[in-house]
Amino acid sequence: MLAVVGTVPDQDFPLITGKVVLQDDFISIQGNRAPVNRGTPALLAAAIKVGEVMGQPPPVGYLVGDIGLGDGSRRLYARLSENSVEGDINAIAFHYLQPDVDWHNRVLFAVEEMAKRPVLIADAGFMYAAKMSGQASEYDLFTPDVGELAFLADEEAPHPFYTRGFILHEEMRAPALIERAYQHENAAAGLLVKGQPDYVADRQGVHTTIDLPVEKAMEAIGGTGDTVTGIVAALIGAGIDVREAAILAARVNRLAGHYARPTPATQVIDIIEQISAALARVLDEKAIMSGQGCFHIKKLGSCPVSEKGQKNKG
Amino acid sequence: MSILTFFKGKRSKGSSKTKAPDRGILVFENTSEVIRAETVLKGEGWRIRVMGPPPEIRTGCDLVIEFPLIEELNILRTLEAAGAEPLQVVPVSSPLLRPVDIFQTKDYGRYFMVRAANMKLTVDKETRAIVNISGGGCPDVPYLAQEMVGKPLADAPAPEEIGHTLCGYALQLAYEEMRRQC
Repeated sequence: MLAVVGTVPDQDFPLITGKVVLQDDFISIQGNRAPVNRGTPALLAAAIKVGEVMGQPPPVGYLVGDIGLGDGSRRLYARLSENSVEGDINAIAFHYLQPDVDWHNRVLFAVEEMAKRPVLIADAGFMYAAKMSGQASEYDLFTPDVGELAFLADEEAPHPFYTRGFILHEEMRAPALIERAYQHENAAAGLLVKGQPDYVADRQGVHTTIDLPVEKAMEAIGGTGDTVTGIVAALIGAGIDVREAAILAARVNRLAGHYARPTPATQVIDIIEQISAALARVLDEKAIMSGQGCFHIKKLGSCPVSEKGQKNKG
Repeated sequence: MSILTFFKGKRSKGSSKTKAPDRGILVFENTSEVIRAETVLKGEGWRIRVMGPPPEIRTGCDLVIEFPLIEELNILRTLEAAGAEPLQVVPVSSPLLRPVDIFQTKDYGRYFMVRAANMKLTVDKETRAIVNISGGGCPDVPYLAQEMVGKPLADAPAPEEIGHTLCGYALQLAYEEMRRQC
């Protein structure tokens, strides 16, 4: 089961833990609702959609209200460092939290004390803190966009806001940035770099490039990176291998965007509504291309990924 | 010429030949207080810079204000009068991190996007309404989007008014650039 740790942009939203469901355009956790526009609610909504298709239970949310003052984040950090994540959790996605190295370290320490270590995914503010702490390699997957990749590649930057210009100019060369991030131990075991194209990479370099379908408006739409992270986290929570989940997630997000026929004014909820259809199609394609008659979704984990033209390396 | 004006005039010349620290940083509780102090000081004509803190006082999402140390008393007096006192004043001699100052733009025809650091702001050129805010990872980003998207650029709250983090500060830069270009 997947656990998601993050914040809701509502100062009055309580610190709360529980299963998260989708009701219309809102996430709901123990009677507390938050609109799905972007951020952690968008991640959760995407994960819920994937879970429905995969026959998985709803994700468990560890949520708190925070509008940037960091007070809610600190309460959530404290909660996690005292009790860590409980229950049958095989993947944790850490998301929009106020970056704070000290609190990050306490939470990571608590997670590593868990009887069975879950797959650790980090994005957004928590990924910033993970990089700055020097413990990025403790994570299984980071999901940066290209700008955040430049930040990971800059060994001196404590936040994307301080990424040095000469590295920012490297943006068109994501593989070089990936290499640099690993060189300085500032990347997780796996990377899903969100951009045009998307890259799935590890310490050995770029493994897969996903560049179709292309919807240029996606870059402008807030929350589309959150949905990718939600999709990959839910797939990993369903038991799929991290690399394979990352490849699938990039493809599903692109297809969902394509189905939504987006403009730069499209809102992310319109894309989230297309995730179920996009995932179903991608799963069917994989099953057919594998030639193994692997049509049952729950068997996907054993279906090899062999999409033509997408593998850069073996 | 007042003494204050004299000092302000001297500031622009710069003087960094001595080995003792000639610059200080003002450390605040959070980024929104930095933004407020920056507004106060710039409004009073002080030449200060918003920078990244030195490693020993970094927590993860910080800004500080760099100022000429010789003017500490005057600057503190200005901040005190505005109710914007810093937590700490620290002399520095090592280079500070410089915020990103590169803007990237993308023209989608009807829509125009400005990116500053990790934040992107998109406006409908016909209606001048903010249609999307993307990027960033600090908790005020969803809040800023909630408060700004759908509103005309001229009427939406500025990120410096309601943002609290470095992502909020980056969005302010994108917002200013958008207002300059549109």
